[in-house]
Amino acid sequence: MSEASLSPETVLAEMKKNGVSHIVWLPDSETNWLYLLMKAEPSLTLVGVSREGHACSIASGLAAGGAKPMILIQNTGLQESGDSLRGWLLSMNVGCVMMVGYRGWTRHGVTTDTAATYTEPFINAYGLQYYFVENDADAPRISVAFEEAAKTKKPVVVLVGDEFHGFNR
Amino acid sequence: MMRIAEALESFKPHRGDAIVVPGRGGKFWVELTQDPLLDLPLGDPAMGGHAGFALGLALAQPNRKVVLFDSEGDILMSLGMLTTIAEQAPANFYHFLLDNEVYATTGGQPVPNAKNVKYDRMALAAGYPRAQAFDKLDDFDRALPMIMGGPGPVFVALKVYPEIENAPIGQRRRWNTRSRTQVVADLQAKLGIAG
Repeated sequence: MSEASLSPETVLAEMKKNGVSHIVWLPDSETNWLYLLMKAEPSLTLVGVSREGHACSIASGLAAGGAKPMILIQNTGLQESGDSLRGWLLSMNVGCVMMVGYRGWTRHGVTTDTAATYTEPFINAYGLQYYFVENDADAPRISVAFEEAAKTKKPVVVLVGDEFHGFNR
Repeated sequence: MMRIAEALESFKPHRGDAIVVPGRGGKFWVELTQDPLLDLPLGDPAMGGHAGFALGLALAQPNRKVVLFDSEGDILMSLGMLTTIAEQAPANFYHFLLDNEVYATTGGQPVPNAKNVKYDRMALAAGYPRAQAFDKLDDFDRALPMIMGGPGPVFVALKVYPEIENAPIGQRRRWNTRSRTQVVADLQAKLGIAG
């Protein structure tokens, strides 16, 4: 896979490198190949949810019980999750990484999808640190996000701006 | 119907070394518990999430029973969570529902279709292998050995009297003496988990 895209193998390698035990997730349009890789990875347990806010409370319980969850959702779902993010992650000091598909983001800056319009203002409203990842060369930022989450005991967002290539094949 | 404190009192001898997430029954459970370091009385971090939190705990601690006392308002807000729990099917998860048919903390307004919802049937339809409903304390009391003696996930709906609070939240008696983060830290210390 070229460095022009973020390969699912790279994302999986970052999960394993950082000791993730559970992926709490709701599929978005770009994660199908990643799903197949995660499903085949014996060190990961996948916990599928039907609404993204559920991911926050599940991740909070996993962390309380000594596991290391990671949340994998889309920006639409992040915005849906506001109160759960506040109550189950921020108020519980849960330092977990939320990998969020940045639907609607474009490199040229012309955004016609309101899912993208409100994504960064939403993240900033909650005072969350976030890192932008677009291709394999950016992947080390995922580890930076894990370090930041552990240090601050707060959720840290990794925004994935690779919507139309890389995750699906 | 039964009082929440009575239902919790019946459950108490069957607790063993289970982790207990008392949900909205927390203010009653803190008066009854004999092992507070294994309790997670969190109050209400965000409505609709107690089941998810308890599921996460059950998955992270598969060798220890996790008991949740949920509420119908929380369940209605997150019905899809039932399918996630059923899919994960943690054998150590015991999901009790305290159904008072109202939003008790906001003055007692009824939840939607309060008197007609069959939560045990919802749980079965979502894929829980076992679910029961009780509106009499004696029946619940007799069934508890079988409920707690069998594998999870199990769902047990209990009809309880509404114990309504009308005082503004800021004026209510604080029943929880520990912060949420302290409660979690205490549990982790008790279980030998590095926080």
